[in-house]
Amino acid sequence: MNTFALLEYSAWGLSILLGLWMLVDMFRTDRSYSEDLLTSSREGEIEDASAVDPPQKRGAR
Amino acid sequence: MTAETSPANGERISLLRVLGPGHVWALGVGIVLVGEYMGWNFAVGKGGAIAALIACWFAGLLYTCVAMIDSEVTSTVAAAGGQYAQAKHIVGPLMAFNVGLYLVFAYTMLEAANAITLGHLVQTVGAMAGFENTNDKPFIVLTIMFLAWLNYRGVYTTLTFSLVITAFAFVSICVLFFAVQPWSDVYIKHDQLLTGLPYGWLGVLAALHFGMWFYLGIEGTTQAAEEVRSPARALPLGTMTGIITLLIAATMTWYICSGLMPWEYLGQSVTPLFDAARLTNSTLLMVLLFIGTIFSALASANCCINDASRAWFSMGRDHYLPQVFGAVHPKYRTPYRSIVFLVPVALVFAYFAPLDRVITFSILSGLLEYTFMAFSVILFRRKWPLGTIKRGYVHPFHPLPAVMLLVLCAATYFAVFLGYGTQLIAMMVFYIVASLWFALHRYKYVRRGEQFAMPWPKPVGY
Repeated sequence: MNTFALLEYSAWGLSILLGLWMLVDMFRTDRSYSEDLLTSSREGEIEDASAVDPPQKRGAR
Repeated sequence: MTAETSPANGERISLLRVLGPGHVWALGVGIVLVGEYMGWNFAVGKGGAIAALIACWFAGLLYTCVAMIDSEVTSTVAAAGGQYAQAKHIVGPLMAFNVGLYLVFAYTMLEAANAITLGHLVQTVGAMAGFENTNDKPFIVLTIMFLAWLNYRGVYTTLTFSLVITAFAFVSICVLFFAVQPWSDVYIKHDQLLTGLPYGWLGVLAALHFGMWFYLGIEGTTQAAEEVRSPARALPLGTMTGIITLLIAATMTWYICSGLMPWEYLGQSVTPLFDAARLTNSTLLMVLLFIGTIFSALASANCCINDASRAWFSMGRDHYLPQVFGAVHPKYRTPYRSIVFLVPVALVFAYFAPLDRVITFSILSGLLEYTFMAFSVILFRRKWPLGTIKRGYVHPFHPLPAVMLLVLCAATYFAVFLGYGTQLIAMMVFYIVASLWFALHRYKYVRRGEQFAMPWPKPVGY
């Protein structure tokens, strides 16, 4: 087995580890929190509207 | 089974607002810059170097319109999903569903293409180092798995990583540009290498398809809308500086490559900027541009995972897709299920599909999205005229950019049809079937009233 083959096996191994890590964490999270809480996100609001329309700047609404 | 944590007192989990304009810039430029390192030069093969320059500026105009329109609309729709959320608010559910699919496919295909490219580069290095029978597949899979893991763990680290490697890749192009001394004719031989239009104006039209490669994906900045600290400021700033960066990078790239290589070679090169560096005989430049090529592909795949998962997540949150995809990780505050779900999709395309088909599917999905944007901004200005809603940015000369965008899209459709007519038709059939599925089956599950959470006034005429 040459160095590149070792690299290839390392890449496969690391890929499997990362995939397993994500799956295990996902299942743990799903079991630890209710579905209502996990899916409770709503569309965001603009917290800092730094600029307004030109007509508004001129007070011409 | 372990004890579950339930929402109490209206407690909610949302995506984390931690990003600044620099991250938005990285998200936009990071997806695209790989197009400067490889891909754009096929435009040269279609119509010569001058045709590629015309395509570069023509597509630059198209994307400047996209960036301006996007900046205005998204500075009011501060929601993940970008153009999907815009379509939902401005046009309606069926358009939103289609735009969501365009986004997911455009980005997932692009991610697969980048992973294939990275695998190929590593394989090439192995072959150059004297190893026989090298395999690119483990590196393709590792690229996708590593970047998905990074995205899973949090948006700040993910986009900071993209910011660093994208900046490196951009600076590498600048260094090469000054190293070839554009003010002299030591390296650059435009007077000998620019030979007009070998295939006439038809070649220019055919080159448009690959001219898009210089900028494809800049519109992805809008996907960060729900995670930036100040959407009204950061999104227009990041997007506009992003398109300016790309216009500069695209022009420098064309200038360097067309001045160093004859168009017959440049039109077939796999890594044109790296080849340009090799022609300077500078080891430092070769190493720099090789790393730049790797980083640009890595950044692009990374940003694609970010964007595709946000679009998928938003559709799940509104029940356009099963609600499970609308979940946010309570610790990392990322759309973790969407990220994990899209991993096998990207792997299948990266593993089994040919690169040119994957890229063309991505380009066509992007084109459909841009066509929607032109109509969308006209409707947006009609339904919510200036003064009725706060905007972080107001794009000038309306409706000229929208009309120009439509004309440029029509020309590019024709250019794509010339080379990939069958794929264009197959893809249209796919989206029509998906639309029928949505209208006849899925629409009954959509949260019709609740999906509109933005504090907007009613549109004019309602």
